[in-house]
Amino acid sequence: MSALLEVSGVTKSFDGFKAIDNLSLSVNEPELRAIIGPNGAGKTTFMDLVTGKTRPDSGTIRYGELSRDLTAMSEAQIARAGIGRKFQKPTVFEDQTVLENLTMALAAPRNPLNVLLRRPDRSARAAAVAEEVGLEKDLNKRAGILSHGQKQWLEIGMLLAQEPRLLLVDEPAAGMTTAERERTTAMLVEAAKTRAVVVIEHDMEFVRRLKCRVTVLHEGRSLAEGSLDHVCADPRVIDVYLGRPEEADA
Amino acid sequence: MSVESLDIAPRARRPLAARTDVIAMMLGLATLTVCVTLLAQMGLVSVSFVKLLGKTLCLCLAALALDLVWGFTGILSLGHFAFFGIGGYAIGMWLMWDRTEAIVAASLAQSTLPPTPFEIREAIGTQIFGVVGTSEIPWLWAYAGSLPLQLAFAVLVPGLIAGIFGWLAFRSRVAGVYLSILTQAGTLALSLWLFQNDSGLRGNNGLSGLQNIPGLTDVPQSVISIWFLWASAIALALSYLGASWTVSGRFGSVLRGIRDNEARVRFLGYEVEHYKLAVFTGTAMLCGLAGALYYPQAGIVNPAEIAPIASIYLVVWVAIGGRGRLYGAVIGAAVVSLASSWFTGGGAPDIELGFYTIKWTDWWLVLLGLSFVLVTLYAPKGLGGLVDIYTHKRARRREDLGPDQGSLRGEEEQP
Ligand SMILES: Nc1ncnc2c1ncn2[C@@H]1O[C@H](COP(=O)(O)OP(=O)(O)OP(=O)(O)O)[C@@H](O)[C@H]1O
Ligand SMILES: [Mg+2]
Repeated sequence: MSALLEVSGVTKSFDGFKAIDNLSLSVNEPELRAIIGPNGAGKTTFMDLVTGKTRPDSGTIRYGELSRDLTAMSEAQIARAGIGRKFQKPTVFEDQTVLENLTMALAAPRNPLNVLLRRPDRSARAAAVAEEVGLEKDLNKRAGILSHGQKQWLEIGMLLAQEPRLLLVDEPAAGMTTAERERTTAMLVEAAKTRAVVVIEHDMEFVRRLKCRVTVLHEGRSLAEGSLDHVCADPRVIDVYLGRPEEADA
Repeated sequence: MSVESLDIAPRARRPLAARTDVIAMMLGLATLTVCVTLLAQMGLVSVSFVKLLGKTLCLCLAALALDLVWGFTGILSLGHFAFFGIGGYAIGMWLMWDRTEAIVAASLAQSTLPPTPFEIREAIGTQIFGVVGTSEIPWLWAYAGSLPLQLAFAVLVPGLIAGIFGWLAFRSRVAGVYLSILTQAGTLALSLWLFQNDSGLRGNNGLSGLQNIPGLTDVPQSVISIWFLWASAIALALSYLGASWTVSGRFGSVLRGIRDNEARVRFLGYEVEHYKLAVFTGTAMLCGLAGALYYPQAGIVNPAEIAPIASIYLVVWVAIGGRGRLYGAVIGAAVVSLASSWFTGGGAPDIELGFYTIKWTDWWLVLLGLSFVLVTLYAPKGLGGLVDIYTHKRARRREDLGPDQGSLRGEEEQP
């Protein structure tokens, strides 16, 4: 087990407001890690920083055996290096079919010339992923007409199709039914057997079922880290969650 | 059920030869050219009508290119007609040069001493550039005597300009309305430069007499016009095939993805800028080719053709035809540009209102503008959307029947 992602001393401010404040964090491979924290804690911003959507003001983000500096790479390069991301608000290509969405995500060469000229039939691979996320009957449906939960599935499917080494999953269970949540949990736990998976989640019950190491984020800083029971016993964490009764007693 | 046995037959994976719009387009173009050729031989259609059709096909080709870059990739270029014009200039230079050279050589042959190459060059210079008050041959004309080179320039110069422009703009992530404004500004700059007498391209006179093809002075225009009609139809047909192939499969998915959410495409690992650059450059070259076929039929190319408004018309055609579907662009360009020639050419009868007479030569633009607004607001699928209404009606009859899902369709799609 070695560190796959090494975030050290990263700060990012928006108009003077520190969304991420001297944050250090490392994720191993394989590992399942949950990040929790109140609204505006900087959870999504953390993912933006790792995936190259925003650039840190200071600090370094290193990845892989070669410790490549992610802050110097483009979003597409980071993605090709093996970091996949699921967004908080499901973002799939609504105008395209489930199959087309998955095919675009499948691990395969991505340079324009290759994509244009070489067209092997990858539909079996895409269908296999669709089966994993329970969309095998909807392959030819336009993604736009899927239900909210199904769009979440599709995006998770796209993430799996990329075959990334590090999965960043932002609130995967939002808007899902209890049964769907259970399936999502199982899938993330399964994926984390061979890869690094970082899950952002609000729902404590969901996090509890993941049975993994938890990082509590607050005002851009890492407040506590450890098992869920350990961090929930931390007085600072209780402080932060005070006034949110359903979580204060968790 | 094993994964392999899943019935996967979406539209995108169907071979080109089985796609209805491709078949319809090929048959339509073949029918058009054959019928017009026969009618022309019987003397039932005029040379100018044949040329109008040939030119219209070239405009359809330009619209097809714009649809690729705008309708599919989401880059609203307000400058693609400039590439069309550049293609026209490139081929026009050869047409003018070669014909002038033949004329000059013939007239100098009358003199007692045989003319030196220098004298011939000077005479060509005077002939071509006399109108802008010089006889010096500008450097731009260095290869004007070579048909293969000028033909190559017709495609490569638009490609080079688009490549440099696109590389600079896309690399710094200029997108949306800012990119549109940049393309429009570039187009304006190009046309203003061409208007100048010292641009080396005869200022606002442009290049003329392009319908006279050197070496074919004995062939009547009635025959040449048919040749160009065929060439234009073949170019459009091949480009349509190429475009259909380009927008199918994963490449097409990526383009539409860039149009709908380019950030998401980046996070899937695709270099959005490279795709944009490829499409922008490729379509510019296609426009250059279309222009090279158009202007020998039009006979004249001048800076007004490159003016920003021309590129905006191109956008209007594609919008009215229905962007994001290739046949929409072709239908839109054909219908609107033919209607435009009809209305502005005095084909449409004036409407007498008693207190006012609607002269279509004046009011056509208002009508066009109004149609554009109405289509944008109420029928974003454009004329191409009419095709959908028809195919949906048919598709409903082919829908899966009963609980044994897909069985009917499965039978039908057996080869
Ligand atoms: N691009 C931006 N410009 C300005 N402020 C931003 C930007 N992105 C994030 N912020 C701010 O940074 C803070 C952290 O936001 P972030 O989205 O990371 O929170 P979060 O922990 O994901 O919250 P939630 O649980 O609501 O998703 C917020 O106060 C937000 O307003
Ligand atoms: Mg968030």
